[in-house]
Amino acid sequence: MKWGYNIVTKRSIDLDANDMTIALKLQEAEESLISCIACGCCTATCTAGNLTDFNFRQLHTLVRRGEYDKAREEAEKCMLCGKCFIICPRGINTRNVILTLRRIL
Amino acid sequence: MSKQVIIIGGGIAGMKTASTLESMGVSTLVIEREKNIGGKLNNWDRLFPTFTPASEVLDRLVDEYKKSGSRLMCSTNVEHIDAQGKGVTLSDGQKLTADAIVVASGFELFDATIKEEYGYGIYDNVVTSVDLEQMFKQGKVLTKQGEAPKRVAILHCVGSRDEKVNQNHCSRVCCVTGVKQAIEIKQLYPDCEVYNLYMDMRMFGPGYEELYRESQQKYGINHIRGRISEAAQTIDGRVKIKAEDTLVGRPLRMTVDMLVLMVGFCAGRSNRVFSADCGLDLRLSNFMKPRNPFDLSNITACDGVFLVGTVKAPKNISETLHDATSCSHSVLDYLKNR
Repeated sequence: MKWGYNIVTKRSIDLDANDMTIALKLQEAEESLISCIACGCCTATCTAGNLTDFNFRQLHTLVRRGEYDKAREEAEKCMLCGKCFIICPRGINTRNVILTLRRIL
Repeated sequence: MSKQVIIIGGGIAGMKTASTLESMGVSTLVIEREKNIGGKLNNWDRLFPTFTPASEVLDRLVDEYKKSGSRLMCSTNVEHIDAQGKGVTLSDGQKLTADAIVVASGFELFDATIKEEYGYGIYDNVVTSVDLEQMFKQGKVLTKQGEAPKRVAILHCVGSRDEKVNQNHCSRVCCVTGVKQAIEIKQLYPDCEVYNLYMDMRMFGPGYEELYRESQQKYGINHIRGRISEAAQTIDGRVKIKAEDTLVGRPLRMTVDMLVLMVGFCAGRSNRVFSADCGLDLRLSNFMKPRNPFDLSNITACDGVFLVGTVKAPKNISETLHDATSCSHSVLDYLKNR
């Protein structure tokens, strides 16, 4: 029977509640990540992003906010081609970000 | 006071410093490497945010300079600053002495061919903001194929905020220049679609934010937050670009008739030499470093050597002129106490 009600999961990123342990681990493992200016060059040039909904910029931003749902799965989509590493204007070691995520998530 | 000041560079910073010092009774000699004074402003058509012709401002400054009594040497390069700021050596070996040296040698424009992924100098329809300004000066903006562009993309931060090309700084004026040039394209071709691809819109000056709003409301300029990762030429000579629309979170592809690269400020080539001559440190991206960026922003760690204008950091015109007035007073204080 349909009641017209269901349980809604929270939409907001709750920085009061989120566990930042993994976010901090990622930051420690790849310190260059802190200087990201979110220009999106990594995602624009991404080989995997051309074929799937993989978005590196969004993935690492979510992890840094303490949002880990599906992050492990997402990190698997990267083919480690390194184009994003070449293009990044801040010199962020993007491949190490992915490798670290695969290790710590 | 029979004191002699040598000013390296006859752009707007050098000219304004010279005419201000002359009005205070100090003799000046301006040494300019180009044939004419006026510097980079000679290449500009109209100025943000008011669309005032650049020549109007430049003519006034040149006129003021010429009437000031300052001496001028054009087509002359300064190779070195000598003996801790007591003189200069010119490229022909000639040595000149002075009571103070003002470094007003300005900036270079970022060479867009270095960012090879954008295809400047390789593809037909990739131009820089300076090339576009020349087109405005000539009154026609056309593609290499001789047609009016129907779709133009303007990419911000080319040679700015980019560690890969040792350009760590923000060049500041490109944001508003991008908005200004987008409007000017729309004024020429009202049916042309114009896109600004930006990282952050830094509308720091009076009237800039208003111009940004006008570009949206009156001209319908599109603003996409994302940097182009690469460009490619299509078979019909157009430019295909790739970016991420970061606000949507998805890759974006677009073909345009013309791609305009907003080239940033590069530190002058002579900065390394002059700072080594005077034992000074350089700032990030090789701009010259004053004692501090607050109340001692025109003087250096080397007594008698002064800095003015964009040799220190990217600046707009009014900031440069204010800085020149300020520098003149610092020089005068120094000369009085000697």
